[in-house]
Amino acid sequence: MLSLAHFLLIGAVLFCLSVAGIFINRKNVIILLMCVELMLLAVNMNFIAFSHFNADIAGQVFVFFILTVAAAEAAIGLAILVVLFRSRNSINVEDLDMMRG
Amino acid sequence: MSVEAIVFYVFASALVFAASMVITVRNPVHAALFLIMAFFASAGLWILLEAEFLAITLVLVYVGAVMVLFLFVVMMLDINLTVLREGFARYLPIAFVVALGMMVSLGLIVGKDNFGLDAVGPAAKAPASYSNTEELGRVLYTDYVFPFEIAAVILLVAIIAAIALTLRPTRQTKAPNPDRQVAVKRGDRIRIVKMDSEK
Repeated sequence: MLSLAHFLLIGAVLFCLSVAGIFINRKNVIILLMCVELMLLAVNMNFIAFSHFNADIAGQVFVFFILTVAAAEAAIGLAILVVLFRSRNSINVEDLDMMRG
Repeated sequence: MSVEAIVFYVFASALVFAASMVITVRNPVHAALFLIMAFFASAGLWILLEAEFLAITLVLVYVGAVMVLFLFVVMMLDINLTVLREGFARYLPIAFVVALGMMVSLGLIVGKDNFGLDAVGPAAKAPASYSNTEELGRVLYTDYVFPFEIAAVILLVAIIAAIALTLRPTRQTKAPNPDRQVAVKRGDRIRIVKMDSEK
């Protein structure tokens, strides 16, 4: 019999994998964006699991809005990436030091 | 083991496999394809959780739109992979330690003790006539209608921002530029050549 813990644990595994991905791919902006998408997926998994086990539809409404915002974020992020590549000819995070931060 | 448990473990292992491939493969195109696999696997898990509408939305929006966008961008850019892979082996141990530490602490919180069957209990079975889409639509257009409108505005802003960022103003008309016409000097137009007269 599946319990809430099963789904929460798979969400936790997904989140930890994407954190590890941010650590090991810290130069490639594209992979970093993909890791952020994976993180949002882990959060959505938790929301839907709680929504199912508490019989409350509000969690699914939240997931709906998170999907919307994540799609907008991906579109703008990739647009910025394209502009960046045009001006610097690289997507290496190390090269993005125009502001000397 | 019940059918539900088998389905859960198949999709969960596919999801974990795909996620670990996303973060380790060399080629960003392969990473994007594995991310698509991860979205499909989690859509399967969401159907198991009786969230059919969101599962289908995930496949349509993410696999159909966002990941295609990712693939377009990855294929459009000419990326030097060797530079981007620098530090992969160097940061692997620390990434492993951090991820393991987070996993252990998260596992202690969301594990069997706090959210197992004894603590939370099985989910209530919905009747056969239950429609997830209908329920979601009902609350979305009544209780959450204002956030719904805000989401629409956010999407509009995203469209405008993406176009404004990537649009390159191209000058295709052949109209004369008066500014440059006025600024022309005699030397720009006439070249005087000195040469001996022909016999």
